Amino acid sequence: MKKFKLDWLVLPLVGVAVIVGLWAVCSATWAKDLPSPAKTWESSKPYIVEPFAKRGEMDQGILRFTWYSLVLVAQGYALALIVGTPIGFCLGLSKAFTKTFDPIIQILRPVSPLAWLPLGLVLFLGTGKEAGTYGALFTIAVCAMWPTVLNTAVGVRAVPQDYLNVGRVLKLSRWKMLTKILIPATLPYMFTGFRLSLGIAWLVIVAAEMLTGRPGVGGFLWQEYNALIYEHIILSIIVIGLVGFVLDRLMSLLEARFKSA
Amino acid sequence: MPFLELSGVGKAFGGPPVLRDVNLALERGEFVAIVGYSGSGKTTLISLIAGLQHPDTGTVRLDGRIVAGPGPDRGVVFQNYSLLPWLTVYENIALAVDQVFPDLPPAAKQAHVEKYIAMVNLAPARDKLPRQLSGGMRQRVSVARALAMDPQVLLLDEPLSALDALTRSTLQDEIERIWGADKKTVVLITNDVDEALLLADRIIPLTPGPGATLGESVPVTLARPRDRRALNHDPEFKRLRALVTNQLLGYTAGRRATVTRKLTLPDILPEDLEAPRTSRRRPLRPQEIKKTEVILSP
Repeated sequence: MKKFKLDWLVLPLVGVAVIVGLWAVCSATWAKDLPSPAKTWESSKPYIVEPFAKRGEMDQGILRFTWYSLVLVAQGYALALIVGTPIGFCLGLSKAFTKTFDPIIQILRPVSPLAWLPLGLVLFLGTGKEAGTYGALFTIAVCAMWPTVLNTAVGVRAVPQDYLNVGRVLKLSRWKMLTKILIPATLPYMFTGFRLSLGIAWLVIVAAEMLTGRPGVGGFLWQEYNALIYEHIILSIIVIGLVGFVLDRLMSLLEARFKSA
Repeated sequence: MPFLELSGVGKAFGGPPVLRDVNLALERGEFVAIVGYSGSGKTTLISLIAGLQHPDTGTVRLDGRIVAGPGPDRGVVFQNYSLLPWLTVYENIALAVDQVFPDLPPAAKQAHVEKYIAMVNLAPARDKLPRQLSGGMRQRVSVARALAMDPQVLLLDEPLSALDALTRSTLQDEIERIWGADKKTVVLITNDVDEALLLADRIIPLTPGPGATLGESVPVTLARPRDRRALNHDPEFKRLRALVTNQLLGYTAGRRATVTRKLTLPDILPEDLEAPRTSRRRPLRPQEIKKTEVILSP
């Protein structure tokens, strides 16, 4: 294909325009309940123009909602990394550990966040009002953990024997072997896992908020569905997508830094 | 008592033995080259001396004590350099120095590292990462790291085989200079007879594997320092070279002689593509193919 000036900007805009066009056609013809692009914009304007406004518990600027969601994701994600990375190292280092826990990990891994959430709520029932928050955190951590666990394990197994031999010749202590050789050698794999985990954490937050009714983009989406304001569903979807995209890009940048190092 | 001694060492990895009945005795300060074909178990031999692997039979002794594991008293220069890619030249060497001389004050440590970087002429590359260096430079870092550990024995596992001829000769000179200055005991593993003749006090051929063992050692009586260009015309050099090469070739000749088998070659003519394709011939059945017997013998 021929390249032209600004094709990196123009072509994606063409793609967006095609989808918006399809959307407009659909809402005008067979899907009468689907709000048109213009109507969506009209209705979403207060949420976008004043992104940090707070008019009520479930009536806030869209970036304010996003912020709530991001805070919760950050907590759950941090928990996933803190728990997942050591498990990954154990899996990579010990064959016995792998044999013991790999089957159960493979069984738990494909379980949907929607299935974990009720269990999370039950687990933290004792905390009363905060059960929703803790349940959501639990769900995010459990679901987002697996890519980190598995990628770290693969990375540890892939550490070249040469590097380990260097450590053995130098008689490095176990701790130094871990910090000076194993962790740096595994870092690129770990970051791939971290990036995938972040993607999942962001997926899970929406589901968790919808079910718990917490203020956030997901909670807002579900509330507006119940309130019959369908325009805001679309607004939420767009915001969720954009935020996920930005998060992934940020992690890619980080990952690239560590890969080259 | 020899300084480094291998007696009756054998090693297998589940299949036929890679090494069997290896006996080797080195005096302190000796430079020995072990020459052999690739795949004959040279790296296994170095790993056994380094303690990275344990012999199935026999013992490896250093200074009278049995080698039970790897340790910094035996500095290894690995074939593929084995530098840690996330550490700079300085940090790679400092990691070793920190480990071997933990009680040295920081300033002395730094001076120690700098000294060995300077010894292999890498001062300008001090803060570069391995991937920013050429193969020869990486190998020099690897040599500097091994030397900075101040090992009692230096184990060189084909340290120069991956390098181009020019870099190789520069590094050969450097190895000889460093050995001359430090008088370490050195075991050099190589597949280059000329390199062995240039550097070693003694050359020991390794018979081809599987089941490789050490042959009779050839003392290199050439006077030091040895000049690469002058050596080529030295009759003693030529004699030794022929001796070692013949020994190595002799092993393979001996092995070939044991292979006698009958091959049956089918008598198949190439198809005539020019022939008209009117009548299609039925392909020959196996018993219809004429066979010629060929006997392979030494």
